[in-house]
Amino acid sequence: MNSDRLFTRFAIGINAAWLTLFALVPIILILIVSFLKPDPNFFVLMHFSPRSYLTLINPIYLKVFARSLLLALITAGCCLCIGYPFAFILAQLKTRFKPLLLLLVIIPFWTSSLLRSYAMVILLEAHGILNSFLLRWHIISQPLHLLYTNTAVLIGLVYCLLPFMILPLYANIEKLDLRLIEAARDLGASHLQAFGKVIIPLTLPGIISGTVLVLLPAMTLFYIPDLLGGAKSLLLGNLIQMQFLYTGNWPQGSAVSIALTVLMSLLLLLYLRLIPKAQRSQPL
Amino acid sequence: MMNRASKTVYIMMIYGFLYLPILVLCIYSFNNASYSSLWHGFTMKWYAVLLQDNDLLRVVIHSLTISTIAATTAVILGTLAAVALYRYHFKGKQIFLGSIFVLIILPDIVMGIALLILYHALHIPLGFWTLLIAHITFCLPFVIITVLARMSDFDENIFEAARDLGASEAIMFLRIIVPMLLPAIIASWLLSFTLSMDDVIISFFVSGPSYQILPLYIYSLVRLGIKPEINALCTIMFAVTLVLVTCSQILFKKKL
Amino acid sequence: MNDDIIKIQGLSKHYHGQKVLDNIDLNIVRGEFLTLLGPSGCGKTTLLRLISGFENPDSGTVIINGHDVAGIPPHQRHVNTVFQSFALFPHLNVFENIAFGLRCQNISTPEINSRVREALRMVKLSELSQRKPHQLSGGQQQRVAIARAVVNQPLVLLLDEPLSSLDYGLRKNMQIELKQLQRQLGITFIFVTHDQEEALSMSDRIAVVQAGRIEQIGAPREIYEEPINLRVAQFIGQVNIFDTDIIEINDKALKVRIEGRELDLENRRGFRADQHIYTLIRPEDIKVWDETEVTDTHNMLPATVEQVIYKGSTVDLMIRLPSGRLIAATEFFDEDDDTLDYERGEKVWVEWYPGWEVLLPHE
Repeated sequence: MNSDRLFTRFAIGINAAWLTLFALVPIILILIVSFLKPDPNFFVLMHFSPRSYLTLINPIYLKVFARSLLLALITAGCCLCIGYPFAFILAQLKTRFKPLLLLLVIIPFWTSSLLRSYAMVILLEAHGILNSFLLRWHIISQPLHLLYTNTAVLIGLVYCLLPFMILPLYANIEKLDLRLIEAARDLGASHLQAFGKVIIPLTLPGIISGTVLVLLPAMTLFYIPDLLGGAKSLLLGNLIQMQFLYTGNWPQGSAVSIALTVLMSLLLLLYLRLIPKAQRSQPL
Repeated sequence: MMNRASKTVYIMMIYGFLYLPILVLCIYSFNNASYSSLWHGFTMKWYAVLLQDNDLLRVVIHSLTISTIAATTAVILGTLAAVALYRYHFKGKQIFLGSIFVLIILPDIVMGIALLILYHALHIPLGFWTLLIAHITFCLPFVIITVLARMSDFDENIFEAARDLGASEAIMFLRIIVPMLLPAIIASWLLSFTLSMDDVIISFFVSGPSYQILPLYIYSLVRLGIKPEINALCTIMFAVTLVLVTCSQILFKKKL
Repeated sequence: MNDDIIKIQGLSKHYHGQKVLDNIDLNIVRGEFLTLLGPSGCGKTTLLRLISGFENPDSGTVIINGHDVAGIPPHQRHVNTVFQSFALFPHLNVFENIAFGLRCQNISTPEINSRVREALRMVKLSELSQRKPHQLSGGQQQRVAIARAVVNQPLVLLLDEPLSSLDYGLRKNMQIELKQLQRQLGITFIFVTHDQEEALSMSDRIAVVQAGRIEQIGAPREIYEEPINLRVAQFIGQVNIFDTDIIEINDKALKVRIEGRELDLENRRGFRADQHIYTLIRPEDIKVWDETEVTDTHNMLPATVEQVIYKGSTVDLMIRLPSGRLIAATEFFDEDDDTLDYERGEKVWVEWYPGWEVLLPHE
């Protein structure tokens, strides 16, 4: 009994201490810094000031915020539209290659997004393979200038984040009893009704987990606009990065991060409110 | 709703979308031309160029060091936590689990600047130690959740049986729990290692010029444009990920 | 000095405000095969876990071999448990599974080897000692689980529904094997089950547990033939229950009214006149006569055959009484008797062997 407790204290204590020191305290520090004044000689002055938050309401910031959120939502929407049918078909497949097919989704999930964005650059560049292909087959007469446009950033985000949508959806749909569709059809529901009234509500946990997993990185993966182009301050991530590294306005960068964290908390609350505990899927 | 053929075509298209860019990258890394999208014959010379790049080799060693130590530390700490979470009830257990969950979905950039502020406030110079701490911190919640999920599949009676047969806590941990968890532990080590080798965003904020690591080195190169030796380097990185992830998935599936 | 290996006094246990065990008293005799029989959720497994030490009681004492075991951890109680799920260590082979307990006690390797080999021989698994649990069949896993427990030479072996995950045929064989093993080892077995057939065929004594209380404890035959109340009677075997009015008492003789007919029964429990009681009669104790076979209908009830279910060695009948209620009767085939030929709708007379009924007071 005694050694149980000693072990628990040690095991939990060391982890709790680590996470408190290197995760909780730093996050509280962001909050504190966001209320201080910037110091021109780097870091901060110890004066309370809500100015960073007031600046957030400034139209320039609001515009970046709105643009970043919009892009993230479009990305999540694209990933959902592409990923849902894919996850559905994959989950339904009855073949002995299924573990392999699943592995082929898991591999990109774990592959560095930087590496995959770079691969996308190669594909999209003006003299790149896509244009050569399209020109050769006379689909276009002039090379497309895809790279360094906002479209390229969107393609890059969807490309990088698609596995983050597919895997939670797959985990959810795989547990689904497909006889439910048959039962609904048997009871007179049309295909569309069966889908809308049975399948969608039952896969909602997967849809929301996938959306959360896509939405947050889609606002912060700063190297994607960096590599694929478009306006450099397209994402919230670029804005934060600039504040810290180039402008040296730490309180402002912190305030933007806090705004992002608040958004994350809202999404989390939405998830907890919408999905009953028993249905929540394991985070990946 | 869709017939078999159109389903097959659809998933093939998505796999194409996921793999075509990487495939092109890999093919180009063997292309005997510096700046061309056309095929000029097979060559290994870009890989040879990499091997002679002393800067690169130093950065690779740095990255391997950080990732190995970070993955190992995170796996040891995380396994201890997962075992304690699974087997014992204590005050604040739900809060602890909740925080782990939050840390997993917390955007990387927030964790990166949070640590940057901490180091700055404590006047810790950016370098090896700041990177190592950051990497352990982002691997840790991941290990805890993975190992805990694996443990939840175990028959609880097994632990009671061991206790009934006289196993002390130490024997229980070393002779029952760790051997049973071994596949999951190795798998989460491999994935932590991958996570650490690939991280750009957090490392971007907490690294200094004194200790450069591979993902940031690649980042600084790819910002300058496409080069065949970067293709070769990325191909190697992808191959390493492929092997590590495949091994980890096989281990997760493994029945004892 | 009596020969009780376990004495349980006033044992109670709550979970989340719910009473699971309510003031249990139970003495377990050295070397007996005692079964705790009850429906799921009745508290029988909790009782087992209090004996093994995996749970602590809210009140009451457990005395094992003369020692109060309060606060003593499971492995120091000289009892071992066989779990329903077997709980074999998946990463250890059969030999190491069985040796686990001995290794924990730091016993010398030669002794471990000989004791494990002996245990393997006993459960007939000597050939499979190097296999991993997942390479064994359900019955073999079961045997490893038993060997792993008995190799520690416990005073008492606790078995928590050990046969319930096996299929029917295997379960029958394991019942016989377990009983033989218990005789051979001379260890006290406490066996938990919800299967009454299993309990009746294996036990020296059965304790019927319901809603956290022990309703009755006794030999299988006693439990079956002399149930102490309606709950025990209804849980064990099938039983027909009649509301009964006592009309007249004459010393040992009892005149009663059942289903509107007057019958003569024995008064073995000292009932009073005008008392309402229950008459319980097992289906196999009922005799069903064709109308034409009967001349004297004293002590019989008229009825109609409603359903005939052929069961091989028996015929089960559902019989409707004039009041409309259905009763069950089981008739055994007899080589020399070919009158076991019933048809639906046939008029019959029903009786039972005098004295085979059980009379219980209203509660």
